[in-house]
Amino acid sequence: MWDYTEKVKEHFFNPRNAGPLEGANASGDVGSIQCGDALRLMLKVEPETEIILDASFQTFGCGSAIASSSALTEIIKGMTLDEALKVSNQNIADFLDGLPPEKMHCSVMGREALQAAIANYRGEEWVDDHEEGELICKCYAIDSALIESVVRENKLTTLEQVTHYTKAGGACASCHEKIEGVLEKILASQCEAPAISKPAEEAVAPLAAGEKPKLTNIQRMRKIEEIIESVRPMLQRDHGDIEIVDIVGKNIYVNLKGACMGCALEAATLGSIQQKLFEELGEYVRLLPASQLEMAR
Amino acid sequence: MNPIYFDNNATTACDPAVVEAMLPFFTEQFGNASSIHSFGNQVGLAIKAARSQIQQLLGAEHDSEIIFTAGGTESDNTAILSALKAQPERNQIITTVVEHHAILTLCEQLEKDGYVVHKLRVDKRGRIDMDEYKALLSDRVAIVSAMWANNESGTIFPVEEMAEYANAMGVQFHTDAVQAVGKIPIDLKRTKIDMLSVSGHKLHAPKGIGVLYLRRGTRYRPLMRGGQQERGRRPGTENAPAIIGLGKASELALAHIDIENSDVRYLRDKLERGILAQVPNAFPTGDLSCRLPNTSSIAFEYVEGEAILLLLNKLGIAASSGSACTSGSLEPSHVMRAMGIPYTAAHGTIRFSLSRYNTLEEVERVITAVPPIIAQLRQISPYWNPVKNCPADQAFAPAYA
Ligand SMILES: Cc1ncc(COP(=O)(O)O)c(C=O)c1O
Repeated sequence: MWDYTEKVKEHFFNPRNAGPLEGANASGDVGSIQCGDALRLMLKVEPETEIILDASFQTFGCGSAIASSSALTEIIKGMTLDEALKVSNQNIADFLDGLPPEKMHCSVMGREALQAAIANYRGEEWVDDHEEGELICKCYAIDSALIESVVRENKLTTLEQVTHYTKAGGACASCHEKIEGVLEKILASQCEAPAISKPAEEAVAPLAAGEKPKLTNIQRMRKIEEIIESVRPMLQRDHGDIEIVDIVGKNIYVNLKGACMGCALEAATLGSIQQKLFEELGEYVRLLPASQLEMAR
Repeated sequence: MNPIYFDNNATTACDPAVVEAMLPFFTEQFGNASSIHSFGNQVGLAIKAARSQIQQLLGAEHDSEIIFTAGGTESDNTAILSALKAQPERNQIITTVVEHHAILTLCEQLEKDGYVVHKLRVDKRGRIDMDEYKALLSDRVAIVSAMWANNESGTIFPVEEMAEYANAMGVQFHTDAVQAVGKIPIDLKRTKIDMLSVSGHKLHAPKGIGVLYLRRGTRYRPLMRGGQQERGRRPGTENAPAIIGLGKASELALAHIDIENSDVRYLRDKLERGILAQVPNAFPTGDLSCRLPNTSSIAFEYVEGEAILLLLNKLGIAASSGSACTSGSLEPSHVMRAMGIPYTAAHGTIRFSLSRYNTLEEVERVITAVPPIIAQLRQISPYWNPVKNCPADQAFAPAYA
C-alpha cells in the first residue's frame, strides 16, 4: 500500500468541496490518459474582482487524485485568478505534507485543471503542453518524458550527464538501467548513417572486379576483418560499433551495436559498408545482420 | 470487527499446520541435508517426504521431476531460459499477452537480445484463439509458455490441449500454474506438459519457496551452477523449513481440492451475484464459464480501483485492483487492457479472491459493504450524474495530457 500522509488520507476520506457547484461560471476538464485519472474543476468567480468565491471538483481517480483535488479547492478559495495561477503542483503536494513520487502526477493534474478553468473563464483556449511518461527515477520523481526532452535539447549521451542535468538516478541508482534504455532509444533514433568515406585517390588504379589476385580463404577472412576494422572508428564516433559474427560463403554476418542498433538507418549503414567490402575485395559479398544467421541455419 | 481477507491470489496465510510442520526445522532439525551425520540425515528424509507430497498434488510420475526453487518467478525464468539454452537452434518463444510479469518482462528482455517472441492475443473474455496458436508452432520455436489460470481474471487456458499440439511439433511446453495448483485438480502424468511453475505462498505455504516441475527426459539447463542439490538442477543449500512447509501445504491442498470446487465456488458465486444485483454499471470480467472457483473480478464503471480499495480497507476488507494507481507503474492492468475493457471500467476492476478459510458471514459483510462505497465514489466522479444517479448523459471528455 502507498505511504500516504495523514493529510492525504484525511482529504481522501473527507474530501472538501466535492460534487457539482451551484452557480459556477468557469470549469476545467483535464485527464491523464496514462494513468486514467480525470478531473473537473468548477469555479465561482466574482467578475469585478476576479476573486474565486467558491470552488468544487469531480474526480475519477485514486486516493491521492481525490485528495489533491480537495486540497486544490481549499488552496484557491479566496484567491484572485492571477494569484491562483501561481499555485504550483508542488504547492498542492506540500499542502498535503507530500505525495509518493508515483503520485506526483496527481498534483500536476490539479494545477492543469486550474489553468484550464481560468482559461475557460477568460474565454481563452487552453492547450496542454505537459507530457507524461513512465516514472523512471523514484527518488526524485522524474519520468521518461522529462529525461527525453532534456536529452534531446542538450544532446546528452551518457548516464552521468542525465543525472547531472535532471538529478534522475542520482540517489539510490537502481534506475540506471532504465535511464540507459531511454538514452539508447533516443540515440538510436538520432543515429545518422555514418558516411563511409571512399578511400582517398589510390595511387594504383584499383583492379576491375574479378581481376584481383585470388585470395586464399584465410587471406580473404583477414582482408574482410581489416576492412571492417577500418570503418569502426567512424561508427564509434556516432556511438555505434560493428563486429563480425560469421562468414558463410558470400554472406558476411555482423552485429551492429550501440547507437546503430535498430536505427532507422541501419540498412543504409550496412549498405555503404557492403559497398566498401565489394570494392576492396573485388568480389560480390552481402553484409547481413547476425539475426539473419539464426534464420539461415 | 474481524478483518476479511479476499486477496488470496496475491498471497495466502500459512496454514497453522504448515507452520507447525516447519518449526522443528529451524531449531532442533537445523542440519544441512547434504551432511552425512544424523543432523543432516533427518532433514534429508523430511525433504524427500515433502517432494513426494508435492508429487502427489501435481500427479507427477516421478518424484525426481520436482525441483525446489525460490518461487514462481524463479521457476518461470528457469523454464524459459533453459529451453533457449538447451536448444540454441531455436530462437522463438510463444506466450500470451496476459501472462504474469515473471514471464512478460523476461520476454521483453529476450526480445532485446534478438529472440522472437509471439504473444497470443485474447478476446474480450480472455480466451486465446487455438488456430492462431497452432499456426505459430514450428521447428523454430524453443518453448511455449502459457499460464494455466490467470491471476487477475481467473480465466483458465486449455493448457493440456495446447501441450498436445506443442508436443506433436517437438516444441517444449511450459505452464505457469502458480494460480491453478491447489485450486483445480492437476494430473501431470496424463498430460504432455514438460515444465510447470508452482509458488508456495499461493497455497498456504510460505513465501520464497516454489517448484519447477520438469518432465523426465526434457532437455534442461540449470539457471545457476553450483553444488549437487536438486541433482545439480538447482544448486544451493535447500531451504528445508520452507520445503517441508510446502510439502504439508500440498498434502492439505490435495485433501481440500473438492472443497475448493464446491464450497469456495459457492461463496464466490454468492458474492459476485450479491454485488452485481445491487450495483448498476458493473460487470464481471474473464471467461465466466471457465475460471478458477475462487476468483471474481468485477469492473465498476466510472470509479477508480485504488479509491475503492482504500474505502474497503477502512472497513477491514482486503481485495485488489487492476487499476493503474495500485501498480505504481501508471499503466492499468495489461490483462484488462488485453480483453479490451474500456479504461473507465478497467481502472475500476476489483478482484476478490477467496480461499477455503473464508466464510459465508464474510461474504455477506462484503456484499453489504460494496454498494455504498461505489455510490459514494460515483457521487464525485465527473463521469456520473449524481442527481439522476446514472452515467452523465453528456459524455465527459477531458483534455488529455
Ligand atoms: C501467475 C503468477 N505467476 C507468477 C507469480 C510469481 O510468483 P512468486 O511471487 O512466488 O515469485 C505470481 C504471483 O505473484 C502469479 O500470480
